[in-house]
Amino acid sequence: MTLLHVENLRVTFPTRQGPAEVVRGVSFTLGRERLGIVGESGSGKSQTGRAILGLTPPPGRATADRLEFDGIDLRAATPRQWRGLRGIRMSMVMQDPKFSLNPVMTIGRQLMEAARRTASRAEARDRAMAMLEAVQIRDPARVFGAYPHELSGGMGQRAMIAMMLIAEPDLLIADEPTSALDVTVQIEVLRILDRLVQDRGMGLVFISHDLRLVGSFCDRVLVMYAGRVVEELKAAELAQARHPYTQGLLNCLPRIEGGRRPLPVLTREEGWAL
Amino acid sequence: MALIDVSDLHVRFGEVHAVRGVSFRVAEGESYGIVGESGSGKSTVLRAICGLAPISEGRVTVAGEELGRRRSAGFHRRLQMVFQDPYASLHPRHTIDRVLSEPLAIHGFDDREARILRALDEVGLGRGFRFRYPHQLSGGQRQRVAIARALILEPRVMLLDEPTSALDASIQAEVLNLLDRLRAERGLTYILVSHDLAVVAHMCERLLVMQHGQAVEELTRADLRARAARETYTRDLLAASEGYRPAESIR
Amino acid sequence: MTRTEWLLSEQPASRRQARLGQAYRTWLALKANRLAMVGLTLVLALIAVALLAPWIAPYDPIVGGDLRTDRLQPPSWEHPMGTDDLARDIFSRVIHGARLTLMVVVLVAVIATPIGLAIGTTAGYFGGWIDTVLMRATDIFLAFPRLILALAFVAALGPGIENAIIAIALTSWPPYARLARAETLTIRDSDFINAARLQGASSLRILWGHVTPLCLSSVVVRVTLDMAGIILTAAGLGFLGLGAQPPQPEWGAMIAGGRRFIIDYWWVATMPGLAIFAVSLGFNLLGDGLRDVLDPKARK
Repeated sequence: MTLLHVENLRVTFPTRQGPAEVVRGVSFTLGRERLGIVGESGSGKSQTGRAILGLTPPPGRATADRLEFDGIDLRAATPRQWRGLRGIRMSMVMQDPKFSLNPVMTIGRQLMEAARRTASRAEARDRAMAMLEAVQIRDPARVFGAYPHELSGGMGQRAMIAMMLIAEPDLLIADEPTSALDVTVQIEVLRILDRLVQDRGMGLVFISHDLRLVGSFCDRVLVMYAGRVVEELKAAELAQARHPYTQGLLNCLPRIEGGRRPLPVLTREEGWAL
Repeated sequence: MALIDVSDLHVRFGEVHAVRGVSFRVAEGESYGIVGESGSGKSTVLRAICGLAPISEGRVTVAGEELGRRRSAGFHRRLQMVFQDPYASLHPRHTIDRVLSEPLAIHGFDDREARILRALDEVGLGRGFRFRYPHQLSGGQRQRVAIARALILEPRVMLLDEPTSALDASIQAEVLNLLDRLRAERGLTYILVSHDLAVVAHMCERLLVMQHGQAVEELTRADLRARAARETYTRDLLAASEGYRPAESIR
Repeated sequence: MTRTEWLLSEQPASRRQARLGQAYRTWLALKANRLAMVGLTLVLALIAVALLAPWIAPYDPIVGGDLRTDRLQPPSWEHPMGTDDLARDIFSRVIHGARLTLMVVVLVAVIATPIGLAIGTTAGYFGGWIDTVLMRATDIFLAFPRLILALAFVAALGPGIENAIIAIALTSWPPYARLARAETLTIRDSDFINAARLQGASSLRILWGHVTPLCLSSVVVRVTLDMAGIILTAAGLGFLGLGAQPPQPEWGAMIAGGRRFIIDYWWVATMPGLAIFAVSLGFNLLGDGLRDVLDPKARK
């Protein structure tokens, strides 16, 4: 079943030199699966994720021929409709938990507030605790009463994920959710996300710069370059990528097994950006 | 004899015991890696060697000179450092020209013009960049400037603190190649700190794995390639660097 | 290549071109702010009027006209701002007063800014007991209201415009020292300062070449915004008879002089008041604009 339809999504920012298009006609559909969007900085991958949730920062503007979530036309959604969607049916996890958690509220209160939209007070408390356990926090009672600054990066990120997930969204957009984390913690966070897709049938858009990680974690991968999708392929078939940009990105990574020295560098061709 | 000899190094910041008894030796011309996660104390080791963090206990010698609190002018000419974040390591109001000419002025070099131009050429920037400000450069270009700044005093040792972790993969490859080439051309000695095992495996002949301020184990590049890690922690790191494996269960 | 292209070149060919280009970009950003330009115009007008006072002013500011016929005349074509109780043309006095105001502004800026910068950056950079000593001294100065402290200084030094300026300068540096110290603390441990240390740069070189330029812009913004207050303090001292002495055409002293007949002859006190208002407004608008351009952190 298709959860999200995106057709010809464009995001423009006005600059002194005239409007700059950072996302230029991106189209894809998402089912109850893990979709990876990879690209380097400035490829428009993050703006794509934000535009889906209607979070394009002003003065930027997002337009699309079709932007549909579970049959709801997001382009025409009223602020009231958005309130019913964001944080409840569709959520977003960002890179740095420090900017996404309220610093003067305990984790528990923030979680309960997110849960209260759909549950009673007592129920919200139970669900908050359960969710903290679900994201592999070993001492949920302590984290429940803690303020964000009292948590380590990994804990904070997990608390953040718990908050995004407590409303059991149908769609989660994760923008570099693990790149601030240590590799060993990173894998644990990915496991949580994976389980939510498997068990709850959530749709996941996983935005990352790390081709190797996306390749091993997602089902499908969109490769973005200069605001466009240059290649879409199954994650398992990443090694057989046909676009020279995707190949270049894969080849320029150093390998533990040892690869070429010097590392092959990516030579960008102007044609890719057209 | 080892060019750099660190023995039983401890670093304390007040109550925090950041490095707890780390020892290693690096030979002249060698490239040595330190791997660990955040909070492992790997960057603090570098900072203690170059004098930005205190040596609370233990000995650090560079080229036979035991390092105390004050570093001599000669020390700065022998040893330089490249920082992780190229956006934070260049002064926002100084042109590239000023960045490169300042170390020359401090150490009283006279042929500054020629040295600046040579340094720019060597890091592949070209002369057009000389009078630009950092905000006019991309991350990769800034890191090249930082490398040029470190090289302009012609040091023997370069300390590299996650030099590519703030850069895109394709830019990382370019910067790693540059560092590799410079080492070959100038016979430099590197100590490279990174959280990325693949980068260390690519750049370094030997490496030290650190966790919680302590050394876990020392490996050679061949050990790493053969996955011949003795400690569980190193094996976890190796497994994690492969990417995600869904089959495994955590419980 | 036009001059604009040369200035905005992405690849400047000399130190001078780089610096001018940078200044030009700042200017372009400032120019886009209409209110800042209004402020700049007012400040430039003050400078122009002060410099050209003898040529603009239609009458002598000190020697009045006929005491029998020309006293306390309302504004007219002959006397655009009227005359005061000694039959002097208020317009000419206001114009000459601009010189005194400009002198106060310039001297205070020149004296207070370097003191504040030097003390603040030194305290912030070295920390420890140096910081404690310098900042406690600063706190003592900050503990007194500025006008009261200035009054005390003037009382000790004796009345007169020069002493008033010294008193104001001595009382206005502490906020700049605080500001410079706070800025220094945020950059003291940054990697570019560490890099300079690693190159063997001396503390003095780091303070002067690396720390001060970064503190300068916020301090300059603060000084500009404070100018209105400084002008008012100078006027206040003049009003109380401790600043400029009669017959000097100082705006504050003029208001004090006109206060006695403000009901019947409103223009005597109002005209110099309007001048103070315009110049203060100019500095405030300019300061706001400069803050937006030089200090992107403070932008809304």
